[in-house]
Amino acid sequence: MDKKTVVIGVIGADAHAVGNKIIDLTLTNSGFNVVNLGVMVSQEEFIEAAVETNASAILVSSLYGHGEIDCNGLREKCDEAGLKGMPLFVGGNLVVGKQEFEEVKARFMAMGFDYVYAPSTPIETTIVDLKNKLGLE
Amino acid sequence: MKFLTVDVGSTYTKLTAIDAEQRVILGTAQSFTTIESDVMQGFENAWRLLTENRPDNPCADFKYDQMLVCSSAAGGLKMVALGLVPDLTAKAARTAASNAGAKVVKTYAYEISGGEQQEIFDINPDLVLLCGGTDGGNKEVIIANAKRLVAIDRAFTTIVAGNKSATDEIREIFREAGKDVVITENVMPQFNKLNIEPARDAIRQMFIARIIEAKGLNRIQAMTAQKIIPTPLAVLQACELLSRGTSKQKGRGDLLAVDVGGATTDVYSMASGAPTVDNTMMKGLPEPWSKRTVEGDLGMRYSLTHVFEQLPEYVCSDKEYIQRVQAWVELCSAHPDTLAAPDSEEERIEEFLGRSAVSLAVERHCGRIAEVYTPLGEMHTLEGKDLMNLPTVIGIGGVIRNSRHPEEILKGSLYDIMRSECTKPRNPKFYLDKKYIFASMGLLSMVDAELAFELLDKECVALG
Repeated sequence: MDKKTVVIGVIGADAHAVGNKIIDLTLTNSGFNVVNLGVMVSQEEFIEAAVETNASAILVSSLYGHGEIDCNGLREKCDEAGLKGMPLFVGGNLVVGKQEFEEVKARFMAMGFDYVYAPSTPIETTIVDLKNKLGLE
Repeated sequence: MKFLTVDVGSTYTKLTAIDAEQRVILGTAQSFTTIESDVMQGFENAWRLLTENRPDNPCADFKYDQMLVCSSAAGGLKMVALGLVPDLTAKAARTAASNAGAKVVKTYAYEISGGEQQEIFDINPDLVLLCGGTDGGNKEVIIANAKRLVAIDRAFTTIVAGNKSATDEIREIFREAGKDVVITENVMPQFNKLNIEPARDAIRQMFIARIIEAKGLNRIQAMTAQKIIPTPLAVLQACELLSRGTSKQKGRGDLLAVDVGGATTDVYSMASGAPTVDNTMMKGLPEPWSKRTVEGDLGMRYSLTHVFEQLPEYVCSDKEYIQRVQAWVELCSAHPDTLAAPDSEEERIEEFLGRSAVSLAVERHCGRIAEVYTPLGEMHTLEGKDLMNLPTVIGIGGVIRNSRHPEEILKGSLYDIMRSECTKPRNPKFYLDKKYIFASMGLLSMVDAELAFELLDKECVALG
């Protein structure tokens, strides 16, 4: 029962399902209780799931290039729903075109995300950050 | 073996006499019951009518071996449900209570306020279902709501079906306050996993243990060894039986049943509701195969004004006609015993309002489909049940049975292009429960499922 719960899903109108399954499996094998919302998940669904399950973090994936539009406002909605300080992670192919990742990262940090990952970052990297953030190791 | 089933209603007590050897319904009778008068009086009047000594009455010397009783007397089983997130545990709580045959007056989400405490005091429910949090999930809200519930000065029993990690504390809160509580399994133990049967069973147990006496049903209970169950639960059991069939007889498959009463409209669906359109993603809480919803604001007498107020603008552009409809609505609301004369305009207005009530109730019962354009092409999302290919719609009870054109009322259940997001049936066949036997057969199914199915299958006739 002491397992930490994390909510994961692919945000927006994005239907990329394969990476989502890999993240689910890897997090579960790393000792997390995973609430996987699957693909095409709205901001509200992330928040409702986190409230009901008392989640410790939300991990958002976006693969189709519209991540910036889809993710904007998630932090504010978390605050509104009583999830102040909820750790937010985001990764995937967040934007389209050849953009400097550092700039993209800065924009997502400004939106209130705690961790922003460049394309092709292995989920293991995120798990290390996640455990640090939650004080698990 | 001869059976007598008794449906003690809020307005009528209905008897059905069944002969198991001849495998027929010998007769039915009903008599007026009022909330004030004793339940026994309604029963005795109906019994007299059933066994009346008139020529050709097959029930004139009817004697039964077993009596089975269901009840919706004194307003039925009145409940309120509490959950955490509206679309998650609050919805699961409502589904569980509705499926147990309760009239869920109101559903609350998050921590309730002082005003909402007062509202529950005013509703004065028979039972309260308290849910919230997945197992190991949020505890604060369900505990806070437990504290708020014990502070309400009413005698209801609370059934707790929420986060198991909070149950010890909750039991302690109720023990200290000296209030009745029953703790059962979580309605949503894991995220989006529905587990409503334990709560449903607990509600039925409490109905037997507490409500029967409170509703003045103990004298009728003393006449039978079988436990009295809520009428909507009996109807639900009949729907399940007709859909599934028995080990020896093939059921009718997926179906929808609608019961439009004077105060409420009940909708029952027996269907998985799997998507009928390609590339559809399921969203939201999964729904049980056997699902009941009850609309407290949709009825043909006591709540007719609400039906009228919710008529969509596009149904009729003739202002004068709408005024005549309004006049009829006002008349029926003031005098609930008003009946339309055969072949009058009032009769057609009545059918129009009935169809509108069915339309709204089925719309709320079924799912919602939406188109989403993605870089991978057009996709759909579906929340709730997709009933578009459902083959069977059955009208039971109330207005539909009394109407001379029941299919006109049942047409309200059809898919409507103006509300294309609602996944209502596109091309079903309509059936009618002519003798109003669903509740009776639901009762009978508990002792003789084969006979109950046979009679249901015979009496549920195709329309048009």
